[in-house]
Amino acid sequence: MSRSSESDPLRPGDHIDAPESPARQPGDPKLGLGGWARFLWRQLTSMRTAIVLLLLLAIAAVPGSLVPQRSSDPNGVIQVRADNPELVWLYDALSLHDVYSSPWFSAIYILLFTSLVGCVIPRLAHHWKAMRALPPRTPARLSRLVGFQSVPGGASDLDRADRVLRRLGYRTTRYGDSVSAERGYLRETGNLVFHISMLALLLVVGLGSGFGYSGQRLLVEGSGFANALSSYDSFTAGQWFDDGALEPFAVELDGLDVVYETENPNAVGAPLDFTARVSATEDGVQREGRIKVNEPLRVAGADLYLISNGYAPRISVRDASGRVVYDQYTPFLAQDDNMTSLGVIKLPDGLEEQLGLRGFFYPTVGQLETGALTSVYPDVVNPVLSLQAFTGDLGLDAGIPRSVYALDTDTMTQIAGGESGVDALTIAPGQTLDIPGGLGTITFEDVRRYGVIEVHVDHTQTPVLWIVIVLFLSLLGSLLIPRRRMWVKATPAGLELAGLARGDDPALERAVDDLAKRVQEGWPGADAAAGGAHAGDALADARDDRERRIVP
Amino acid sequence: MTLAELDSLSLLLVYSAMAVYTLAFIAYAVDVARRSAAKAPVERQLVGAGAPVDDAPGPAPVALPGRGARVGFVLTVLAWALHVAGDVLRGLAAGRVPWANMYEFALTGVAVIVGVFVVSRVWRDLNFLGVFITGLATVFLGVATVNFYVAPTPLPPALQSYWLVIHVFVATLATGFFALGSGLSILQLLKERRDSGFLRSLPSAVQLEDLAYRVGVIGFIAWTFTLIAGAIWAEHAWGRYWGWDTKEVWTFVIWVIYAGYIHARATRGWRGSRSAWLQLIGFAAVLFNFTVVNLFFKGLHAYSGL
Ligand code: HEM
Repeated sequence: MSRSSESDPLRPGDHIDAPESPARQPGDPKLGLGGWARFLWRQLTSMRTAIVLLLLLAIAAVPGSLVPQRSSDPNGVIQVRADNPELVWLYDALSLHDVYSSPWFSAIYILLFTSLVGCVIPRLAHHWKAMRALPPRTPARLSRLVGFQSVPGGASDLDRADRVLRRLGYRTTRYGDSVSAERGYLRETGNLVFHISMLALLLVVGLGSGFGYSGQRLLVEGSGFANALSSYDSFTAGQWFDDGALEPFAVELDGLDVVYETENPNAVGAPLDFTARVSATEDGVQREGRIKVNEPLRVAGADLYLISNGYAPRISVRDASGRVVYDQYTPFLAQDDNMTSLGVIKLPDGLEEQLGLRGFFYPTVGQLETGALTSVYPDVVNPVLSLQAFTGDLGLDAGIPRSVYALDTDTMTQIAGGESGVDALTIAPGQTLDIPGGLGTITFEDVRRYGVIEVHVDHTQTPVLWIVIVLFLSLLGSLLIPRRRMWVKATPAGLELAGLARGDDPALERAVDDLAKRVQEGWPGADAAAGGAHAGDALADARDDRERRIVP
Repeated sequence: MTLAELDSLSLLLVYSAMAVYTLAFIAYAVDVARRSAAKAPVERQLVGAGAPVDDAPGPAPVALPGRGARVGFVLTVLAWALHVAGDVLRGLAAGRVPWANMYEFALTGVAVIVGVFVVSRVWRDLNFLGVFITGLATVFLGVATVNFYVAPTPLPPALQSYWLVIHVFVATLATGFFALGSGLSILQLLKERRDSGFLRSLPSAVQLEDLAYRVGVIGFIAWTFTLIAGAIWAEHAWGRYWGWDTKEVWTFVIWVIYAGYIHARATRGWRGSRSAWLQLIGFAAVLFNFTVVNLFFKGLHAYSGL
């Protein structure tokens, strides 16, 4: 392995380019407490440790793709726990639903980043000095190096060689009858910047996300909300979030336009476009805007996304005397690609008994072979509602929070649909049916779409983007800039040239050839022209002398 | 011509490409057999990066490609032309870039792998990888047409973004380089284990390793870009740049494995076969991500189109 010199980047002891030194072993009797600490630190900041920790990190990330995570798939978590009650203790003990914030995952990346800091700091200091150091002495025998060749010339050509090298971006110095040159310091700079930007990324993401929040709100066409905690159906925020900091704005969903494929026989009914037309009010000024799936709308520093959609039939219920006891757009949840949608209506008051309705909305109704209804197309062509009805205790008084989309029928009596012996209440828009038992009537008034709007505020976005740009550019520099040395030496036999790679450098030989050509021909081209070559050389040399005096 | 006819034509071209890839594979295999039988050429050592500098430098000692290899290469180029034509027609039939479901990912991905192989010929004779590349192309296209084919459908709104063009294409490009790098790493490992027969005609294990590393590094750069572009797209589409969705997890896992590979190459005791294994593990993760994760894992990236 090549000897390393002062201008070489400082690398961990087990780096392939680092000088091999017999490290002191912990068994060494002379190793005191400080010795032990140094030994452990060297272990932690070694390349080997970095590899092992990186591989551990890769392995540790995998379980999070196998077990649903609270952060990305909360419904999946509930499902898995319900399906495997005997494993719940294991999920909890190993934080399998929060892998990426679990103690074991955190331990790995904290160790990795500690190692990174320990690795980078000494290299920073060293690189700072190395950037000022002179290229290393010319080896006694160039013939052992890469691209070695001898071309006609002598000591008088060294100035030109020096100049050519500097034009090519090398830092040069003279040792006796030779020029020593080195380039590619930016490779190490890139490497250091790359590793530091990863640290910066971790810190900014970790700290910055603590100030953001996101909330979801379902809006039926024609309705709106103002940005306040109480407006949200669900809301999550970072640990330092302060609800006084909610951006002041209001949004109304004017309409939700959905386009479905109608031509392509392989994709009839596939959605082609979702566009939410909204009016946003900010600082008392209202403006129109739109939100599409890949086009969030920015309002007062918050980003608004359209994350799902569905149908909300307007259903009204009258009691036996004809008094309206319920009249609302009620959101139904889509169950399949043709928007067969499931919904629940609860009427705890107003009728003689508590009434629960549960059933499906079919935007374009069709019939399965079994006779069951289904939707055959996702747009509203032939809409039908089909509801089962239950009377009894809705369980709303027990103080237990109940999902608005679930109906607990354990203590209720079914009076329409299912096994009740009475047909389900199947109605089209504008139709009215009697509710069995003389409770009253139900009317399907009309249907609108709803959209679920997510409001997202994350102050880390812009800094993270910048860090990532720096990270990528420095990675390019670190991997693609060749770091190499070149020597041109005047000997009685002619000029000898050779190079030495520092790190991976596929083009070194070609670079030496190229240098040989340039040194022979002079560079740039003018003085290579036939006839004028010597005069040109002299001129160039004179110019070069001046340059050398200015640039020591 | 109707769009459906365009698509049938595309499929026809892809089938033809598969047939010609198979022929190319046979030609390359014959060449390998010939090389195994031939006497070993004189070994010369190339001084690569970090290699010992004691020996006189020289050009890569690639055995002159025999007729089999030349025929193989011509057939590969022909098959590739058919393949690319089929891919372009598929895009025309669908009215968008041809990488929006698994069939199309596979179609374009294999075209990129072979393309990198064909184009790299300009600066390096990689004919010794011919068997690996044409074999891979035949098998992958076979699996894609038989198991993944779906008629072209319009893009769902979630995919309607210029990021589809950038992010997914660069990911496919990265996959192409990873595939090539893995082929080289496999040869390196074989060569280290047993340097006889056909293996004797290959460049030295150190040269194979250097080449595998360079190709892998380009793949890694492309993958890093994929990761970043994906995060930016996720930000536009879902309101967060990173959410540990299954596909995000696997993109990260692959990235970290390759970072480990790059470190291993620079670590005493890890350069050589150990780092080669890491490159293979990385590529295995890429394939796993493309197949098993797409088909069986639940997540937001549910675009396998199957
Ligand atoms: C967060 C974990 C890390 C990641 C993702 C990572 C990633 C990378 C990547 C992609 C490279 C190649 C590009 C370049 O040269 O800049 C690299 C190189 C390098 N890394 Fe890291 N690194 C990590 C941690 C570390 C640690 C802890 C150390 C110290 C032990 C370290 C030391 C090095 C060195 C010395 C190189 C240069 C290798 C060479 O000479 O080619 N890295 N790292």
